Amino acid sequence: MADVNRGNRPLSPHLQVYRLPIAAITSIMTRITGHALVAGILLITWWLVAAVTSPGAFAAADWVVRSWLGFIILTGSMWALWYHLLAGLRHLAYDAGYGLEIRQAQQSSRALIAGSVVLAVLTLIVFFAF
Amino acid sequence: MHYITPRKTAEGLGSAHEGTQHHWAMTVSSVALTVLTPLFMIVIARAIGLSQEQLLAYFGRPFPALITALFVIVGMIHFIKGTRIMIDDYFRGATRKAAIIFSVIFGWAVIAAAVYALARMGLGAIVVL
Repeated sequence: MADVNRGNRPLSPHLQVYRLPIAAITSIMTRITGHALVAGILLITWWLVAAVTSPGAFAAADWVVRSWLGFIILTGSMWALWYHLLAGLRHLAYDAGYGLEIRQAQQSSRALIAGSVVLAVLTLIVFFAF
Repeated sequence: MHYITPRKTAEGLGSAHEGTQHHWAMTVSSVALTVLTPLFMIVIARAIGLSQEQLLAYFGRPFPALITALFVIVGMIHFIKGTRIMIDDYFRGATRKAAIIFSVIFGWAVIAAAVYALARMGLGAIVVL
């Protein structure tokens, strides 16, 4: 019983040696960006609460916001927001029945990566230019 | 003897009778957030670099305050429901329970903190008027 058809069954991918298809990467990135955004919203909320607490509290929070660490967190969050937004739009399209073919999913995956990077760079340019 | 087929229990809302509402709530909040997210980015980008006094006045104005409040409230409810899916996928038993409870409390704590800060800034502006 245990030996029946042993060599011919579908196997689940062994994640350490299996190269994930681009659609799988962009899918898991949606979840990762969504959860990583906690860092950005915590920093912004801390900054807002500090502003109504005391000058000392605001000085500390504002220093972090303007520091290189704050720049990395906020810029990363900004890209994550764009990525998660575009991925969400793709989910809305999926729900409506569009883009479900493998080829279309690969194309939208590439569009997702490129689009989020382009929007992030544009946002940084607009931020520093105005 | 059962006269009802499994299909009967799976039709409509499905055998669990929930999940559809969760999916719909995520759909509605995601559509709201496609509009709120770019607006929130603009609000925050304009606020960074202001002094404390300027910041209080800035968030005392209706547009920055309302966009920020809506983004944090809708965003954190979206977050709570989104983490729930992740928790259901990766955790079981007591760990899953603890993670869900922590996620819900954390989400509402962030909402409360942000709304508190915005309310203080708004009331400050009224007192000045």
